[in-house]
Amino acid sequence: MISIQRLRKDFGTRTVLNELDLEIPAGQATGIVGPNGSGKTTTIKALLGLVKPTSGDIMVDGKSISGEWEYRNKIGYMPQIARYPENMTIGELFQFIKNMRGSDTNRDRELLEYFELDNEIDKRMRALSGGMRQKVGAILAMMFDPEILIFDEPTAGLDPKSSVQFKRLVHREKEKGKTVLLTSHIMSEIEELTDHLIFIVEGNIRYDGPMRELMELQQEQRLEGAVAKMMEETAA
Amino acid sequence: MKSLTILKYQWKDLLRGKWIVGYGLIYLLIADAMIRFGNAGPKAMLSISNIMLLLIPLVGIIYGALYLYQTREFTELLLAQPIDRPSLFWGLFGGLAVPLAVAFAVGTAIPMIYTGMIITASTQSILLILLLGIVLTLLFTGLGFWFALKFFEDRVKGLGFALVSWLFLAVLYDGLVLLAVFAFGDYPIEKPMLALALANPIDLARITVLLEFDISALMGYTGAVFNRFFGSLMGISVAFSCLMLWLGIPLWRSQRQFDKKDF
Repeated sequence: MISIQRLRKDFGTRTVLNELDLEIPAGQATGIVGPNGSGKTTTIKALLGLVKPTSGDIMVDGKSISGEWEYRNKIGYMPQIARYPENMTIGELFQFIKNMRGSDTNRDRELLEYFELDNEIDKRMRALSGGMRQKVGAILAMMFDPEILIFDEPTAGLDPKSSVQFKRLVHREKEKGKTVLLTSHIMSEIEELTDHLIFIVEGNIRYDGPMRELMELQQEQRLEGAVAKMMEETAA
Repeated sequence: MKSLTILKYQWKDLLRGKWIVGYGLIYLLIADAMIRFGNAGPKAMLSISNIMLLLIPLVGIIYGALYLYQTREFTELLLAQPIDRPSLFWGLFGGLAVPLAVAFAVGTAIPMIYTGMIITASTQSILLILLLGIVLTLLFTGLGFWFALKFFEDRVKGLGFALVSWLFLAVLYDGLVLLAVFAFGDYPIEKPMLALALANPIDLARITVLLEFDISALMGYTGAVFNRFFGSLMGISVAFSCLMLWLGIPLWRSQRQFDKKDF
């Protein structure tokens, strides 16, 4: 269970997050949508402790994360842009993060096979394509079997086949009772994967609730239409 | 503990990059050439330390800054892992500064060993030069980190400041000191001169070398003043404690900055 309380973040004079109040339900998948620069990534980064809030607090399982780091044992994160030390091989990278987390999971093997990367394990990072790096990022997020999974535009660089593979995997994780947090610009993806929706515009929450309700509210069959309508309303 | 894990992997990564090996080779070639020309005496050692006083700060400050810019995404990935920021900072710093220092020390020491200089020359002088090189590496890598963290979003600015600082400290500073000596030569300016020398880590290292070889009159006015004022042993210890301050302050500031930073 993640709860964000009056979270505010200013970069200089610009307010990126304006007193955000959010409850991200446990065991469900939550999608965060919003226009570019609306504060989605900043919210996620604040949750990970990468960005320090100007004011407000974030609680994970009832405990404030301010100044803490152990809580990140519960989190797997896949960033928007994934870049790794160029000379490291995939296998070494995984071993490295395993050492850091003090875990000896074997799940990376299984996931490598799933993404058909098991023959590339000795390849250097610089020899990998963008899509392969994305997959490595996805495996890194999931290999420790954390309770909370955070994906920041996960399928942006994936081909259709890999994208489907990825979504199937997220589905499975969700079924296992994981808390999933996902940002994306692809509405069909959000529709497919998540139950709960958060819509952010310029650091303010415009909608926070079950996705179905939003679609009923806006009288739209597809999420894309509903979100587009909402964006128009905010612009007006 | 986690710092050590990071350190270990970064060393591996740096070695793979071969860049660091080339850096060590440069010192090997320089030391070899200087010993050949200088007959393994104090002259050779002075020449080595002169080059070291220019090259180490340059490489340390530029590569220190560049490194943080290059590994930005990776740093972000590591920050999302369960690790506290101080451990990550020291891991990153040690992962770069220690291999640079080792490359210098090994590259310089090997020719001294195979030419037999290590037996003929004074061990104290050799150790002093190696130690100074190591301290300067750590110091200027720390300064580079500081600039990179200060201008994290603007790498041109960060690298520019790093380069200008090097130029100022390594080249322009002595010229300005000389100019001051010329301008105010009629006044008792010894104490201000001492302060000026303490304010520049490269000068501090240079003075330490000069005092060790007892040839302060040869190299710059600051050295001469320092020698007369403190006498050798006292001078070395004061210069060295000032160097330690120069090492500590940028690192302390960088770590604070790294702690508070938004990534």
